[in-house]
Amino acid sequence: MKNKFLILLCLASMTVTMKAWTDDDDDEHEGKHHSRKSFLFHERRQVTTAPVMNAKFKAECTSCHMAYPPGLLPARSWTQMMNTLDKHFGEDASLDEATKKEVMDYLVKYSSDHAYSRRGSKILATIGSSTPLRISETPYFIRKHDEIADSTFKRKAIGSKANCLACHPGAEAGNYEEHDVRIPRADELPAKKK
Amino acid sequence: MKKIRINLFLGLTAISLNVFAADDILKIFVEKEKQTNPSFKSFSVAEGEKIFRTERVNSKGEKVSCMTCHTSNPKAEGLTRANKVVEPLAPSVNKERFTDIAKVEKWFKRNCKDVYDRECTNTEKGHFTAWILSVK
Repeated sequence: MKNKFLILLCLASMTVTMKAWTDDDDDEHEGKHHSRKSFLFHERRQVTTAPVMNAKFKAECTSCHMAYPPGLLPARSWTQMMNTLDKHFGEDASLDEATKKEVMDYLVKYSSDHAYSRRGSKILATIGSSTPLRISETPYFIRKHDEIADSTFKRKAIGSKANCLACHPGAEAGNYEEHDVRIPRADELPAKKK
Repeated sequence: MKKIRINLFLGLTAISLNVFAADDILKIFVEKEKQTNPSFKSFSVAEGEKIFRTERVNSKGEKVSCMTCHTSNPKAEGLTRANKVVEPLAPSVNKERFTDIAKVEKWFKRNCKDVYDRECTNTEKGHFTAWILSVK
């Protein structure tokens, strides 16, 4: 009986270790793998940056831009953003109170400090106590894109750093893996995504 | 099964109460206009087009107009500043446009503030709607 229990325990720990290996970052010039320890502690938590899609969020926020996974920013960023929608990056994106609350609750629930995700925790680790509103201004984003020229971001099919989808086809589902990246050529036109 | 059918019927009726043909949206602006202006006859297509094509420098110092995102052709696809494709605005080529009054009001509110730094009046919304319906 005791033997059986030990074998089970062994198997369980092997599974956890293997999972930790496969979840290791595959990006180049990556820093220390500080996430391994935290991964073990967060084993049962959400591991994607975009666990679910909220219908209101999709309807209200994706007319002008892609659906940014809530796990890319901490709750304080989303709260500040939702409370300043009348001046949203230079545009008026105001919502009625009920809609605003539903969208804000969704963003906070899956924010990087409320739900664990590998990418989200890395961004979180680089921002200190600041409240970034642009994901592209976080040190993690800047480091990850240091080999991309400004002129590349300005290509017709990309436009700006706000358009993750142009190069990361799985961006809305939280997939930013380097081997899935495809940078549009200078002569390509913006892709139509619904 | 019968219950589901009845519910479905009621649901569809409820939806159809809020979804209009583009002409009906114009009628809403007409009715509202008559309340404040008893001698009102009709909106001006030319004035509507002027609202669409007027370029100005907004409070942020940017040269803007409706055409910034919708292009100069309301039947063509546009592009937002975050590079998302905007479906054509003219109902003649995009049947979903000007069918939901809540959506129409929401976008007038946002976009008028972006381009004109203020909300548009009912008169302006009427002119604009009359013009966009005339684009064939």
